[in-house]
Amino acid sequence: MYDDRLVIAGREFKSRLWVGTGKYKDFEETRKAIEVSGADVVTVAVRRVNITDRSRENLLDFIDPKKYTILPNTAGCYTVEDALRYARLARAAGVSDLIKLEVLGDEKTLFPDTAGLIEAAKILIKEGFIVLPYTNDDPIVAKKLVDVGCPAVMPLAAPIGSGLGIRNPYNLKIIMETVKVPIIVDAGVGTASDAALAMEYGADAVLMNTAIAGAQDPIAMAEAMKYAVNAGRLAYKAGRIPRKLYATASSPIEGML
Amino acid sequence: MADALQIHVNGQVRDCPSGWTVGDLLRELDITSERVAVELNLEIVDRKDFELRGLRQGDRLEILSFIGGGLD
Repeated sequence: MYDDRLVIAGREFKSRLWVGTGKYKDFEETRKAIEVSGADVVTVAVRRVNITDRSRENLLDFIDPKKYTILPNTAGCYTVEDALRYARLARAAGVSDLIKLEVLGDEKTLFPDTAGLIEAAKILIKEGFIVLPYTNDDPIVAKKLVDVGCPAVMPLAAPIGSGLGIRNPYNLKIIMETVKVPIIVDAGVGTASDAALAMEYGADAVLMNTAIAGAQDPIAMAEAMKYAVNAGRLAYKAGRIPRKLYATASSPIEGML
Repeated sequence: MADALQIHVNGQVRDCPSGWTVGDLLRELDITSERVAVELNLEIVDRKDFELRGLRQGDRLEILSFIGGGLD
């Protein structure tokens, strides 16, 4: 298990659970949940600094960038131009070329605008970014994203924050067979079994935020998610038994009276 | 404040002395320059140029940093 590292664009990650940093009660809860989750990749958003009230604490005082890989996103961007602008600002504010690219299509569903996503990915990759795209559970789009140079793809399980779990396991499986890069299931996880299932299907990692931050006890849920992702990954590696309609006895018949 | 300039910072109008650089403004606002990105008139200012780039009348600055966020 401990040699089972995830490698993306030459970077090694210990944890296959990646977490967001939004929606927590305060920074201390954020810090604790992330620590308990065991995640080593955390996503952050890029926003205006509050220049009128400088007393506010900074997220990076709680999430040490030396300890965690900070993965900035382009959350809230609905056009290619906005996504490019935020990605460039994220690189300027941070220390790496990593960007979780989101180009959203619609405020109600927060589904990705996949045409815009591919276009933005192409431009950012030319500029030297390592683009991890938040995409739909569409195998053709996943393939196109890999073709333009994305070193991983992040298909959704269900709409962001919906907690519906994996809505289309068959598409996810087809994506896993279609592309040869790591698949990070991103968005829609509701509880531990959803994360375990994603890993059992063969996902390389799971990224979540609301499922932990929105739980009644976020710290406990962070721990549950750690176990779920590890259990799912182990089960996937172990190889499950085939499903059969009828019983197969576990005890031998021989020696019975 | 002789020869004050009027600039826009994160959407707010404010005065600053002429001759100030981006770095001067960040210090005045008590902002750690290592943790922010600065966009000046829609162009990103490289961190190593913060002390070189002088502010001009009507400049529009955006100062951004990382905040808690997952997806949305």
